Amino acid sequence: MSTVPGGIPIPVDWYLYLSAALFMVGAVGILTRRNLFIMLFSLELMMNAVNINLVGFSGFHQNMTGQNFVLFTMAIAAAEAAVGLAIATALFRNKKTLMVDLFDTMKG
Amino acid sequence: MESYIWLIPVLPLAAFILTIIFGRWWIKEQAHWLPILAMAASFGLSIAAFVQIRGAEEPVILNLFKWFSVGSFQVPFGLQVDQLTSIMLLVVTGVGLLIFIYSKGYMHGDPGYYRFFAYLSLFAFSMLMLVMANNYLLLYFGWEAVGLCSYYLIGFFYHKPEAAAAGKKAFIVNRVGDFGFGLGVMLIFVTFGTLDYTGVFEAVGQGQASNGILLAIALLLFMGAMGKSAQFPLHVWLPDAMEGPTPVSALIHAATMVTAGVYMVARSSVIFAHAPTAMWVVGGIGAFTALFASFIGIAQKDIKKVLAYSTVSQLGYMFMALGVGAWSAAIFHLMAHAFFKALLFLGAGSVIHSMSGEQDMGRMGALARRIPATWITFMAGGLALSGIFPFAGFWSKDEILGATFKEGVYIMWGVGILAAFITAFYTFRMIFVTFWGKETRSDEATVKHIHESPKAMTVPLIILAIASTLGGFLGMPGQLNVLGKFLEPVFAVADEVLGREAERIVTMDVVLMAISVGVALLGITMAWYVYVRRAADLPEKLGARFGIAYKIVYNKFYIDEFYAATFVRAAVDGSRWVWKHFDELIIDGAVNGMGWLWQRGGTAVRPIQTGRVQNYMLGIFAGLFVVMTVIVVVMFA
Repeated sequence: MSTVPGGIPIPVDWYLYLSAALFMVGAVGILTRRNLFIMLFSLELMMNAVNINLVGFSGFHQNMTGQNFVLFTMAIAAAEAAVGLAIATALFRNKKTLMVDLFDTMKG
Repeated sequence: MESYIWLIPVLPLAAFILTIIFGRWWIKEQAHWLPILAMAASFGLSIAAFVQIRGAEEPVILNLFKWFSVGSFQVPFGLQVDQLTSIMLLVVTGVGLLIFIYSKGYMHGDPGYYRFFAYLSLFAFSMLMLVMANNYLLLYFGWEAVGLCSYYLIGFFYHKPEAAAAGKKAFIVNRVGDFGFGLGVMLIFVTFGTLDYTGVFEAVGQGQASNGILLAIALLLFMGAMGKSAQFPLHVWLPDAMEGPTPVSALIHAATMVTAGVYMVARSSVIFAHAPTAMWVVGGIGAFTALFASFIGIAQKDIKKVLAYSTVSQLGYMFMALGVGAWSAAIFHLMAHAFFKALLFLGAGSVIHSMSGEQDMGRMGALARRIPATWITFMAGGLALSGIFPFAGFWSKDEILGATFKEGVYIMWGVGILAAFITAFYTFRMIFVTFWGKETRSDEATVKHIHESPKAMTVPLIILAIASTLGGFLGMPGQLNVLGKFLEPVFAVADEVLGREAERIVTMDVVLMAISVGVALLGITMAWYVYVRRAADLPEKLGARFGIAYKIVYNKFYIDEFYAATFVRAAVDGSRWVWKHFDELIIDGAVNGMGWLWQRGGTAVRPIQTGRVQNYMLGIFAGLFVVMTVIVVVMFA
């Protein structure tokens, strides 16, 4: 259990505020930015918001499962980032751009 | 006997299966061997069965296996041999064997050679099942199967539109009769709870059914017989069936299949004996058909059409006999007719063969010298058909006429005599026009090519000619009626119901015989006068003199046209109406409407798919927001 100087434990809702703020930053980023790289970064932000949540509750419940889970999430996130970057590279080779509003081949 | 009778139908079936599978690529030109051998073996076994069944009081029944079992509805797959069946077996396998052999010569070189023999074998199997069944459902199976084979074989030259149409016509017209027959079988089961012959006849004898029900059963069964045996008004398919190869006309449409109706009525003699009204109907329709068809026979030009109408007419005689309860006379005539009509058809086939496929008698003539074997055997058949002493047709026809006279149905007797006169006339018109005269009225190449048929064709003709000449002595009147005595156990019950004495013999009535031979000779003489003596002018003069009558008869009383204008027209117009109003409007409408609906719906929601990933993300977040809101509201409110 983490503590602030003075020995008072950090209350669990502080984690939640931080994670919610981080998640909203990621969400707004993914919706508003056109660059695929920035969107991937935003995605990572959202994922880490979730991680903070897990860690926070892990401390609150005195249960290590949450922290274990975070390790998994980070591993998956690494893989996901690799795939995402590979897709971005391939896209750039074909379209010479990474602006997602230009990718609308699937328009109905 | 139980040990081998099942082989009688199974052998031709095996021949059919092997020929149809291996015929095309492997057996090819040798396709005749298996069917002929199978048929010969069946014929041998039929003779053995015939010898063993003599004098037996009870039929031999062999239940092979259970065929149907639905609740109380139990149908065994059972075979039965009694005297009636054994006679039919001999006719079917004997005449069939000769026709198979004949086909070897007649169908030589046809591209469908193996197919022809395969179908013939299948027909033989079906016909044998028909006569050997021990219950009405198995009889119905054989009944439909022979109809199917008939359809296949009429349309054998399927590239000819007339042949295909004739096959279809035969099938559809038969369906009308079979509809009644099927209802009759169902009514039998509903009434008696069984379909076995023995069970049904016993139940009838015990009076388990009211007279009305028995009448209905008898009439429905007879409806099937009318279709299969080409009785007025369902006779129209048989003349058209002549589109098939000539051996088929001989075997199926003269000697065996068309007599199935006669066999079935004779088999059901107990039911008919209990329904006197039905017997009047049978006799009346038979007598009318005998006369009606013989009229049409006068004016036909196609040699096979003459024989076809003659077959219809002779079948009428058989039903006339059944109608007055002369069961064994009908069977006798059936047998004699099988001999001489098969002979005449095969002879006609031989004539057609020698004339390079010509069927119009107007283009024949003076063939007697050129094809003597065909001519002599054809004469024997013609004399038998005309009822001249001592040929087979004389004895059998006279037994029928004698029976009608003895029963006091003088009008039937009169109709029979008149029909006999016309029969003699048209038969010898055919013979004189074909074989007599100064020269063949055909083109030079055909005349040059005229030749006697090969041995495979003439030998069956000769054997059948002998049978047609001597076969009648089996059924001489009085104590000499071998056939009548042989069949006695089968018809004993029916005769008892009708109050016949067991002797059931028409005594030798010389006067009646003299009359019928007299009218036959008169008919022949008239034919001779018109078509030989004054062949140059009289036929044309008569044609002109009786212009309208001739036209009506030549066009077969316009029955086909009448059917075309009423039933066929109604069916076609009705179908067209349903097509336009139901198929196109409702069914097609529903299908197309579905397509239209989804197409329009799809167009309407298409703009949602922008193809931009961020729009989708927005959707996801919006959805998430809605879900979260709902959860929060539900949890905290």
